[in-house]
Amino acid sequence: MMDHDTLQDPLAIKEEILSKYPPKVARKRSKSIVVRDPENEQKIQANVRTIPGIITQRGCAYAGCKGVVLGPTRDIINITHGPIGCGFYSWLTRRNQTKPPGNEDENFMTYCFSTDMQDSNIVFGGEKKLREAIQEAYDLFKPRAISVFSTCPIGLIGDDVHAVAREMKEKLGINVFAFSCEGYKGVSQSAGHHIANNGLFKHVVGLDDTVKEGDFKINMLGEYNIGGDAFELERILELAGFTLISTFSGNSDMGRFANSHTADLNVIMCHRSINYMAEMMETKFGIPWLKVNFTGAKATAKSLRKMARYFGDKKLINRVEKLIKDEMAAVNEVLRETKPRCEGKLAMLFVGGSRAHHYQELFNELGMKTVCAGYEFGHRDDYEGREVLPDIKIDADSRNIEELFVEKDDKRYRPRKSAEEIRSLKKKGLEIGEYDGLMAEMGKQSLVVDDISHYETEKLIEFYKPHIFCAGIKEKYVVQKMGVPLKQLHSYDYGGPYAGFRGAINFYLEIDRMVNTRIWDLIIPPWEKNGAEITAEYVSL
Amino acid sequence: MLLRHTPSEIKERKALTINPAKTCQPIGAMYAALGIHGCLPHSHGSQGCCAYHRSTLTRHYKEPIMAATSSFTEGASVFGGQANLLQAINNMFTVYAPEVIAIHTTCLSETIGDDINQIIRKAYDDGKVPEGKHVIHCNTPSYVGSHVTGYANMVAGMVKYFSESTGRYRDQINIIPGWVEPSDMREIKRIAKEMGVKAVLFPDTSDVLDAPQRGKHMFYPEGGVTIPDLKSTGDSKLTIALGPFGTESAAALLDSKCKVKYELLDLPIGISATDRFISGLSRAACVEVPTSITAERGRAVDIITDMQQYFYNKKVALFGDPDQLTALTEFLVDLEMKPIHIISGTPGKQFEPRIRNILKDKVPNANVRNGANADLFLLHQLIKNEPVDLLIGNTYGKYIARDEDIPFVRMGFPIMDRIGHSYFPTVGYAGVMRLLEIMLSALLDRQDRDAPEESFELVM
Repeated sequence: MMDHDTLQDPLAIKEEILSKYPPKVARKRSKSIVVRDPENEQKIQANVRTIPGIITQRGCAYAGCKGVVLGPTRDIINITHGPIGCGFYSWLTRRNQTKPPGNEDENFMTYCFSTDMQDSNIVFGGEKKLREAIQEAYDLFKPRAISVFSTCPIGLIGDDVHAVAREMKEKLGINVFAFSCEGYKGVSQSAGHHIANNGLFKHVVGLDDTVKEGDFKINMLGEYNIGGDAFELERILELAGFTLISTFSGNSDMGRFANSHTADLNVIMCHRSINYMAEMMETKFGIPWLKVNFTGAKATAKSLRKMARYFGDKKLINRVEKLIKDEMAAVNEVLRETKPRCEGKLAMLFVGGSRAHHYQELFNELGMKTVCAGYEFGHRDDYEGREVLPDIKIDADSRNIEELFVEKDDKRYRPRKSAEEIRSLKKKGLEIGEYDGLMAEMGKQSLVVDDISHYETEKLIEFYKPHIFCAGIKEKYVVQKMGVPLKQLHSYDYGGPYAGFRGAINFYLEIDRMVNTRIWDLIIPPWEKNGAEITAEYVSL
Repeated sequence: MLLRHTPSEIKERKALTINPAKTCQPIGAMYAALGIHGCLPHSHGSQGCCAYHRSTLTRHYKEPIMAATSSFTEGASVFGGQANLLQAINNMFTVYAPEVIAIHTTCLSETIGDDINQIIRKAYDDGKVPEGKHVIHCNTPSYVGSHVTGYANMVAGMVKYFSESTGRYRDQINIIPGWVEPSDMREIKRIAKEMGVKAVLFPDTSDVLDAPQRGKHMFYPEGGVTIPDLKSTGDSKLTIALGPFGTESAAALLDSKCKVKYELLDLPIGISATDRFISGLSRAACVEVPTSITAERGRAVDIITDMQQYFYNKKVALFGDPDQLTALTEFLVDLEMKPIHIISGTPGKQFEPRIRNILKDKVPNANVRNGANADLFLLHQLIKNEPVDLLIGNTYGKYIARDEDIPFVRMGFPIMDRIGHSYFPTVGYAGVMRLLEIMLSALLDRQDRDAPEESFELVM
């Protein structure tokens, strides 16, 4: 294993990887593989098309829209309009947990709804079937909202899902809206996140102006309650004294979305999937946003302090400090136990549009080093920070994702902080509306790879010989077949929560197990071990 | 309750499928293609399809599932996917060096109308296919049939591209298994060997999707039917096709292409269907059934005669794929159980009459439904109206089983929350023993759980 203080220069392995590709592919991939040099401003190519035939981790716009953003909301019926597959594959597979208030309250997340289009629907159009499906869903369940998700063929055959939704909304008197999230839109699931943000903003946010009681009102954005993360964060926020108006969209319901514009601060977890919502809410309603990270105990503490400073209330600040002190006692106890066994070990992270950044915090806390990381569907701003936003060229694939034109709401725009207050807070180091990205986290000669391919994964594992690799289900058993433990950071390997203080404890224990387990020693049978001798032993009777 | 909104009152639906008992064609084609040695499956569509199929197969097998995609964007969707596919073929051969690329289509490329035959020809013409390597394909429109149809189409694709009649007779039998597990394919090969029959099994996912942990990833694992073997199927004596939905199209094509006759049997699940398979194999290869196989059968039947009291008259609900359900229903009837609700999302007119013919007067009023709107929502409603003692189906069944407190046996695709299916067969007499064991465990665990203290049994 490498000494973690002196990283091996990965330039040679980068060249070796590229040499295998056809020249055009090599040129393109070259720009997405960056050897970190923190002293220079570095660009990375991201959010561009995956190359056909190069095995990718990425999914599609439908997955990002239906699966990621809308999936975790319990009291809406999400109808997939298309052949059966898309609805089937996104049925309960993302582990968004939800807890309705009572046993009778609505929860449709265990159900999969689809129009199951047949060839005749493709030939003659599927609008009629969609209309009937919405009616049948209404008749059976009387939900408060129904949404429709378009799959690939819908855009091609020209079904007007939005017109059907409008018509049924009028007819049924409930909220019905549709998403044009065909799988071919954009270059990854990221396009679907954007489409979902737009739809929620247009059709739901702001429908209910009731101002709820409570101090320090916030929305938590980009937290999807995988493995119960949102439950842990709800616990922390309540103890700290914040009032959570809505989460987009872990453990969420439609009523909270509708009311979310009454909050006074948006905090963003997953920048990639939800920054659109924060920006639109800021423009329309005057709610500032803060990038936070509740992955890692120190990161959680830091984020809570940022939020308290934003509100600037002495009592809140004290309460947050007390909470941190109380929680850190248990965290430090587990860290004392686990860190010595993990320290110096190497991690690689290839996941998501935020997690490959956030989870570096947890590994840092364990004294482990992230030598190589990248996103599956991040954009340049997720790598390089939001200051590159003006430099990002809009290409054909981004242009076909609707950019909503948002204006100040005549009546409801209310700047939560004056321009002067914002300036002053920023001056004091509170990074309002800023995000520095993943690359800032990574040290000299670490390697950043966007949209890593299977081939690159194998080569880089051979090169780095990491103690742990973090990715998703498609990579899980490939990497483990190589004798390297893989921690899934989409599904958490069915564990968690990993957010917040208790989540950090869970993660330390899990990583300690994974990097120190003896099971990998079982792989080589004794008769194949180097220097194995056949010795005979007899039990004397 | 997990499925708290499911009412017991059944209203006929025409448009809305709720909790499907099927998925789409391409995943079946991908699974079948993995049963060719050195094959890289390729999904011609947008990359989400490939990601979903790989994820679902991975969750089921807990094994690497390697496959590539044409990564359609809006441009490809408008102008056609030829450029993407040609580039993909070149990249796959360059980077991943497969023996064969097996392309299947998706609803996207089918709706566009991409002509895969023509694109493959162009790939050869342009020199994108290295000497001695192969590109095959099948059409798998997701809006027709189900995942089982996709499996069948890829198996037929193997025949279309590879089977050759050289005029040289080979003393071998082709066996085409329906969509079963690698464990089942391994067991079918073992049975053939035990009987002294030379068999070519295709596809064959054993040693691919149950690959051993050796500390290194083999991109192309050791298993899978080889291309020479696939070619030789055109010279075989006979084809035994196991399960009409998964295999008949391939067997019929082999007959019309290479004049190899076929015998269509059920999947050898349960005593009777296995008996027919063994007899069929024995007839086809002109070999006697060895005493070792007869002994296996005897052991399986011995369990039945020992334990029948626990099966007798128990009501069962089952859902899944038609070939499995047909054989399984017959097995349950052989045990004198009562399969009263039988649901498959896969369409096909022959299913219901076949099941009715098995149930006959033994279970005359069973609910048998397949195709449109035959889904788990309906199954759950049927169970609410007439409860059962046992539920058999894929992992999604556990939501019904928990809500209704029914013993549950996992069988079918996908099973994402237990292991076993890829290692222990349900076909053959060994499969009978496994099914008996898991069904008995489910039933007896329930009896143990629910028994009052005074009648808690030590011996059962």
